[in-house]
Formats: sequence, C-alpha cells, structure tokens
Amino acid sequence: MKISVTVTLKNDVLDPQGKVVMQTLKNMGHKNIDNVRQGKYFEIDINEQDKEEIEKIIVQISEKLLTNTVIENYKINYK
Amino acid sequence: MKSSVIVFPGSNCDRDVAVALQRFQIKNQMVWHEESSLPKSDLVVLPGGFSYGDYLRTGCIASKSKIINAVIEHGKKGGLILGICNGFQILIESKILPGALLRNKRLKFLSKNIFLKVMNTENKFCSKYKNKNIIELPIAHNEGNYFASDDLIRKLEDENLIAFKYCNNEGKIDKNSNPNGSSNNIAGILNKEKNILGMMPHPERLIDPILSGEDGSILFESLLK
Repeated sequence: MKISVTVTLKNDVLDPQGKVVMQTLKNMGHKNIDNVRQGKYFEIDINEQDKEEIEKIIVQISEKLLTNTVIENYKINYK
Repeated sequence: MKSSVIVFPGSNCDRDVAVALQRFQIKNQMVWHEESSLPKSDLVVLPGGFSYGDYLRTGCIASKSKIINAVIEHGKKGGLILGICNGFQILIESKILPGALLRNKRLKFLSKNIFLKVMNTENKFCSKYKNKNIIELPIAHNEGNYFASDDLIRKLEDENLIAFKYCNNEGKIDKNSNPNGSSNNIAGILNKEKNILGMMPHPERLIDPILSGEDGSILFESLLK
C-alpha cells in the first residue's frame, strides 16, 4: 500500500524559508499571495494489508522519525 | 578522568575535541556509533559536524544510532554528557535535552567568533567561568536557532538551566547580539540535574593562544576540578 506523510511547521514556529518563497512570489508579480509555509513530503510503500496495523505503524514512524513534534505537525494521506 | 567521544558518519570536530580533552589530561577513547555500550567514562562527548549529512533534520538520524541508548543510560546515572554544535542537535533530537534547533533566522550558515555570557557557573562544565563570565568562542552552524514553547523558556530561565547566552563584548544581551534568532539569546542549556550540557559554540576550538584564544580551555579546566 502507498501512503504519504506531509510534515509542516507548527503555526507559531517561524519559517524563514517559506517567507523568502512568499517574497519571491510577490516579486514575480503574484500580489495576491498572503502566506507560504514550506514543509516536507514522504511517500511510503508498506508491505502490510491490515488497515489498523498500517495506521499504527505510520503513526509510530511519523512521531518517532519523520516529525520533530516540538516544532512540526504531520498529516497522513492514505491512497 | 576518562571520556568517550562518539563518532558518527559526518562528524568533523571529533578529533578536535579529542585533542582538547587530551590536552587537559582527560583520557579519551573514540567510540563508533554502531557500538552498543560505552567504555568506562566519566564524560561522553557528542562532537560537532554534519552527522548523516544533516538529512531529514540536523542530528535526527544520529539520534537513532545504536550507541544513543547507552548515552541516555550514562546520563541517567549522573554521568557527564557534553554536546557541541551537531552534538547539541543530537541531544535535542534524542530528547535528552528539551526544545528544538531551527534554521538560523537569516538563513545563513554562520562561521565566526561571537561573545557569550556564562549564565550558570554552578555546574561541572562552567565552574571556572566564575572569574570570567563574558567569553569569546567560535560558532559554525546553520541550525542553531533555539526554539521552545514559552512555558519551557520560562522554566529554563526560572530554574537557571541556561548555561550560555549570546551577548556583545560588554555582556549586553539583546537582539543585536543574537546571531541566529535563538529564543532569549540562548546558546547552551543544561538538564535539570546539570550533568548534561548542549551548546552551539565550539569550546574545543579555543584552547590555545596560537588559535587566537583560550576561553574554551576554561570549560575543560572546569571538568577537571
């Protein structure tokens, strides 16, 4: 099964890279862009059929490795 | 006194800190990250560098190494742990120390000498800074912007767990003397028991007048006391 995890910075954490991207978009003429936050995206192939088991594993790896829960949130997308 | 310096793929200050330790008659051993136990050590050092090429998040992959469990145990038993630069990032990612280290506020890799105020001299790493509490050390990092919740920052301040803050040459701690955007100008923190220190500046790089100063020596002298 293919699963993706999106990791984003929490709202109160400063994201200077996102700010630079936003400023660049504005400089390119996109005046209607209000905010950009940069994150990370993981595609994971998992050899497991049981849905509950899959969820358990993905939550575990998201919290233990993919995300630093002090500063980041994650979102799991099941395909 | 005996020490172990943990070596990860991509560590590059491991030998510098080993030279510093030996200079102060601390018997040091290098320990590869795949080991599962430590040799008898009073002090464990996580050195600076770019472990695992800073993949995923700085210090993150190294924090999952085999040896880290032994390091955590060493700390729990009251053994000394010093994390410098990438070593501090590894301590943070291992949750041995709290908070997070973000990318520098102005997105630049910083490599220069900065001034620090020693905020806590009542610990094994900093006791000899009593006579000199404004010091100069080099920094060399891209992710040194210390971040934590307001509650945690307050706790660190209230419990006197901040070891170093960035300041100017007169000891003034303000926005202008903050190189990387760290909360409250934090450059290094201690755990509650004060046997674990994580810091972004490099004391091992200033241990000889030939290398432009000796403010780093005082930290190693404190360890010997």
